[in-house]
Amino acid sequence: MKLRKKFAAALLAMATVIAVCPAGVANATTVNTYTYNYDYWGLEYESPDAYQPMSYTDGRTLGTTALKTPQNLFARDNSLYVVDTGNNRILELTEENGTLTLTREIVEFTGDTEVLTLLAPQDIYVDTNGDIYITDTGNYRVLHLNKDLQLIKEVLRPDNPLIDQENPFEPTRIVVDRAGRMFVLAKNVNMGVMQFEADGNFIGFIGASEVVYSLADLIKKKFSTKAQRDQMADFVPTEYNNLYIDQKAFIYCTTDNYTAEDLDAGTAKPIRKLNSLGGDILIRNGEWLPIGDVQWEDFGGMTGPSRIMDVTAMEDETYYMVDRMRSRIFGYDEQGHLLYAFGGPGAQLGYFTQPISIEHIGTDLYVLDNSTGGITRFARTEFGQLIHDALDEYSVGNYEASAKYWEQVRAMNGNYELAYIGIGRSLLRQKDYEGAMEYFEVMRDHENYSRAWKYYRKDWIENNLGYVIIILVVLGFIPVVVKKIKKIRWEAKMQYEYESESKNK
Amino acid sequence: MNMNLKVKINKQAVTRYKDSLRYALYVMTHPFDGFWDLTHEKRGSMAAAHTLLILTFLTNLWSMRFTCFLFSDVRWERVNIWTEILGLLAPLLLYVVANWCLTTLFDGKGRMKDVYMGMCYSLTPYILIMNPITIISNFVTEEEGAFLVYFNYLALAWAGGLILVSVMQIHDYSLMKAILAIAFSAAGMMIIVFLIMLFFSLVSDAVAFFISLGKEIMFRVY
Repeated sequence: MKLRKKFAAALLAMATVIAVCPAGVANATTVNTYTYNYDYWGLEYESPDAYQPMSYTDGRTLGTTALKTPQNLFARDNSLYVVDTGNNRILELTEENGTLTLTREIVEFTGDTEVLTLLAPQDIYVDTNGDIYITDTGNYRVLHLNKDLQLIKEVLRPDNPLIDQENPFEPTRIVVDRAGRMFVLAKNVNMGVMQFEADGNFIGFIGASEVVYSLADLIKKKFSTKAQRDQMADFVPTEYNNLYIDQKAFIYCTTDNYTAEDLDAGTAKPIRKLNSLGGDILIRNGEWLPIGDVQWEDFGGMTGPSRIMDVTAMEDETYYMVDRMRSRIFGYDEQGHLLYAFGGPGAQLGYFTQPISIEHIGTDLYVLDNSTGGITRFARTEFGQLIHDALDEYSVGNYEASAKYWEQVRAMNGNYELAYIGIGRSLLRQKDYEGAMEYFEVMRDHENYSRAWKYYRKDWIENNLGYVIIILVVLGFIPVVVKKIKKIRWEAKMQYEYESESKNK
Repeated sequence: MNMNLKVKINKQAVTRYKDSLRYALYVMTHPFDGFWDLTHEKRGSMAAAHTLLILTFLTNLWSMRFTCFLFSDVRWERVNIWTEILGLLAPLLLYVVANWCLTTLFDGKGRMKDVYMGMCYSLTPYILIMNPITIISNFVTEEEGAFLVYFNYLALAWAGGLILVSVMQIHDYSLMKAILAIAFSAAGMMIIVFLIMLFFSLVSDAVAFFISLGKEIMFRVY
């Protein structure tokens, strides 16, 4: 008996392996990303691929030496810049029909008189005129070159009491706005983003993350000795790890320095969108905050929440974050709804060992892997394009057109929350309140359902006002009538008893 | 003749049951008077108490099922009817036992039956308020729903107040003493849970011991 059970179990296991294996193998050649999104309960739902990996480019395919711990990608028009930190160089690639070719290798530049080299550069920014900004981290400076690589200015450690004067100034990330103001992150500077004037003067910090104390921390601190206090982690703002400046000159900054508890409490913000004053204006209207994975389990050395390394924002204000913990990419819309997540750890095309940077050219995404030194290109699928078409139509106010796209999205993925809500909104505009409520209820959209219900109720009452009044009047009369009947019955009973009593006599 | 008598008795029982159930409404609005008469004048009945308890459970189920999704998050795939029953019954019975144990020691007048009846009769306002709330929740928007929460609190507070009064009247306690009795009953509930867990853990250890002992003997003998 027991043996038979075991045998059955073994058979079942084998069948499972056989059933799963060919699928896995087939996936490797055709569709090899795992795309999903989250529902109202935070459960993962698989989804058709919104992005597909198309090609992998590394030093060999570019016809140069292998990239060594590259740190960053930057895209301007159809040029893609790869900061090859370990080889002290920056590669300028040109994209044409989805293939990348090496057009320039930035290794040295012309200073005032002599030729100078880069040392472990970490980031590059190229403005619309072609001016190049490089954080030459190993040489403790920020360089501003013209397009022929001639030095325009260099920015060294600002002579300012806000900046630590003992340790070297190691700039790591840079973005520049249209006015030539530079926004720089530097190692061991945690007061926010350093802001420099176009002439290289340090103005101050923007966007320092607010320090969050928990009550337990405060109590602990209160009752500990000075020696213990020094051992404790200081209450300091978190350091950002990357910057991205979008077309409207809003700066996205990311951090991977937070605890799971802070994320659960909603106090940690892996991504912010700063306006010119440094205020966080990122819209977080989604059922879940833009924190990458909303549920995680510890598996194979991957523990805790997503760790966001970089972000890129497209023209339609959707943005994509890359997570180094599970090598995933998360796409969000302007409102903060998760559109889809894809990628994963591994060595196949579309998977990463240590993704560190993400950029986009057009609708294509490029992801840089720090450890393999390769760039993976992702292209939007039909499904992904439909989502974006629907979002675009909605943002310009074409609600019907948007609903048509959402209808197609829904046909491809019946679990896609935004599709239902999108269709519902369009029905709401067309005054089909009942239909809208149905769609909202399926996805448990409280706010929109309430709105639709309010109109529906108003309409209903207006259309049935006569009945409503009649019912109310009837309800008002019921107690009176009941009282009357009771009284009559009581009187009849009394009468009967009286009569029977008198009869008995 | 015999048949007639039986019917008559049943009829009496039914009337008594109906009266005792209707008495819950009186208790709800006149708790001091009501709880005194409930036990001392035998105006309440166990049958009515059971009915009220079952109604409370049905109220819970019904509000889980029919409250508008705006105000309740029920994941049906995770709901287990036995857990729901236990969730209501276990604390109630624990309280009854703990309260009876305690009050017997501190010259409470009530029997265990009385404590149980007091508890069940105290649930009346919860039943009467939660059911309409469930229906109304389907006719309001999310913002208007705020008042539903207050009614929910009202139901709980009313029931809580009735429990307090029931302890006072059934055991003939002063207010202070009743509050203390309830607090210590809560502690007693925890102790009972602890003892149950201890008992099961010890029993399972003992069972495991005898099983391994048996195995050892079989191993030696064969």
